[in-house]
Amino acid sequence: MVQSIIFILVSVAALGYAFWQFRQVYLNIQLGKEETVEGPVAERWKNMFLVAMGQKKMFKRIIPAVLHLMLYVAFVFTQIELLEIFIDGIFGVHRFFAEPLGGLYTFIISTIEILSVLAFVATLIFLIRRNILFIPRFNKPEMTGWPKLDANLILIFELILLLCIFTMNGTDEVLQRLDPAHYPDTHLAITGWLGPMIFGGLEQGTLEVLERIGWWGHIIMVFVFLNYLPKSKHLHILLAFPNTWYARLKPKGEMINMPEIMNEVKTMMGLGDPDAPEPDMNAELPEFGANDIFEMSRIDLLGAYSCTECGRCTSVCPANITGKKLSPRKIVMDVRDRSEQVGANIRSGNAEFAKDASQPVSADNYDDGKNLWDFITREEIHACTTCNACVEACPVLINPLEMIMKLRRHEILTEAAGPQDWLPLFNSIENQQRAWSVGTSRTAWAEE
Amino acid sequence: MTVKTMAQFAAENKIPEILFWVGCAGSFDDRAQKVTRAFAEILTSAGIEFAVLGDEEACTGDPARRAGNEFLFQMTALQNIETLNMYGVKKMVTACPHCFNTIKNEYPALGGHYDIVHHTQLLQELIDNGRIKMTGGGEFKGRRITYHDSCYLGRANGIYEAPRDVLQSLDTQLVEMKRSKTNGLCCGAGGAQMWKEDEPGDKRINMERVEEALGTGADVIAVNCPFCLTMMSDGVTAKEGGAMVYDLSELIVGGMAK
Ligand code: SF4
Ligand code: SF4
Repeated sequence: MVQSIIFILVSVAALGYAFWQFRQVYLNIQLGKEETVEGPVAERWKNMFLVAMGQKKMFKRIIPAVLHLMLYVAFVFTQIELLEIFIDGIFGVHRFFAEPLGGLYTFIISTIEILSVLAFVATLIFLIRRNILFIPRFNKPEMTGWPKLDANLILIFELILLLCIFTMNGTDEVLQRLDPAHYPDTHLAITGWLGPMIFGGLEQGTLEVLERIGWWGHIIMVFVFLNYLPKSKHLHILLAFPNTWYARLKPKGEMINMPEIMNEVKTMMGLGDPDAPEPDMNAELPEFGANDIFEMSRIDLLGAYSCTECGRCTSVCPANITGKKLSPRKIVMDVRDRSEQVGANIRSGNAEFAKDASQPVSADNYDDGKNLWDFITREEIHACTTCNACVEACPVLINPLEMIMKLRRHEILTEAAGPQDWLPLFNSIENQQRAWSVGTSRTAWAEE
Repeated sequence: MTVKTMAQFAAENKIPEILFWVGCAGSFDDRAQKVTRAFAEILTSAGIEFAVLGDEEACTGDPARRAGNEFLFQMTALQNIETLNMYGVKKMVTACPHCFNTIKNEYPALGGHYDIVHHTQLLQELIDNGRIKMTGGGEFKGRRITYHDSCYLGRANGIYEAPRDVLQSLDTQLVEMKRSKTNGLCCGAGGAQMWKEDEPGDKRINMERVEEALGTGADVIAVNCPFCLTMMSDGVTAKEGGAMVYDLSELIVGGMAK
């Protein structure tokens, strides 16, 4: 009874706080601009099914793919067990499904156990890869501090969770064998023999306490994990699904058109719609491109929150490979960190973040004197060759290039800045309709 | 070599089979001009009646757009679309994957709808349907060739096989680099990098790629893009040789029955 009440209280608190946190993430993503979702919906479901659920892109690198798959499958399957934990917890019963399901129960929980062993092994190997083996993509400048700790913490959480599961099942197995039998027989595949091996011979009282520690430890780790997710790169286990669904379906080479500029140029060239309203010359000059998250699209921000920080993008980036400062992963992480910052500032209600101090701070009335350039340097975005390697590499279909191009557009169109080297290029295209101011005729090649 | 412009065809009230979009590099870069000539020669010997726009052609706007200069892109792109639509152009071919990508994927949103192929696709078609015949000999027979995927033909447009099929017809020994097809490494020129100094780093991108290409032991590096051609040639020169860099059409000209 007491346990049930505690369980219900803990659950409500944990789920409530998690819900609040997820809502903040959702609201932060909404700070971005809306983007029309184009292309066949069937294609979107297919992407989500193959890439998020089927982990298709992971299989470009087989070792991490297999290890990650072990964790992923174990994670998905353990969720089945949660249902029982909730029923047991609320009603104060023990292994509610064991008797009604009988052999099937043994089968399901045994499967979870086997997967858990695999997950345990995978987690250990991941910890070794992260901390002992030198894998370049885990050791870039953006992977120090919190991102590094984050990666390790989650692996440690995973280990604790698995240890709790095995303690819970193992002691249960021993208690089943006591006379008089405590619990219904389950004969689980792993703890059926591992349990007696480790816990056999312990006092009944000790076993009962250990069983409770395992049970409570398990569910508490689940709650911790749930509340930790929104602060962590592990948010990808949820957001990978919407992110792969929303991923742009256009060819990778196609840059998003800017109709506002197209229409203006058409009018300039006399190609415009003659019935179009006269442009308002006194209107405030619009901002082109993005120097902050407000001008990024929601798809970009969703991507930023979905990032696994795996660094596959950076490890194939030609600029990064040759020692330039650009790292597409860092760009994506910066966009996320800036979204977090803006979201927290707006929530604080602090008037110092309001553009117009007489009005309450909001997404439309926001100015903290910062923008993405406080996170990302010009040097980084100038190094991009638009090669799309990062886009191709991303296991959850994030598009770092789109973010880079929006920054470049802002720099050139809104700030009239950018690399000096490009001025001759621009002049040449503008005045001579060609990319270089050299040569005479466009048919000179035929005259030899 | 005589080439006819769209204007000349129009004056004769004729429509050519295809418009050859030459591009800025193919028009003005010395090395890329050779590729343009080679490809024009192939078209001629395949009996294809083609036209060029000549001085009515303008930059597609790819480097401007990728530098972030959307205004300039729109200006030059809309001008091209006006010209192309005026002549009623439908079918096009180009030897530049940047022009190809822009016209194929970006002009439609601006009102320009054309059926454009990259020259490696057309070459494959001409070989497959026998409009050009390979001698089976030629100067590249039996040589070790490695093929460098350009980003704008490869990842941007998913064309990996057509150029490889074309190379197969040369009876050469095709060796792949470790980073090829979807994993191909950029030559370093895209995104308007061609027009600017590198950002500070340890190495130039083209050197990284050339080292990989030379590492295959190939003595020919085949490319499909005038910018890759420049970058890879510069890299090979900096390495003091070891391989020749050619565009696919140059290789075909060397191996086809004339
Ligand atoms: S598109 Fe830019 S950021 Fe992405 S891999 Fe290529 S050079 Fe790097
Ligand atoms: S953007 Fe994609 S590839 Fe890059 S670190 Fe994030 S999840 Fe990995």
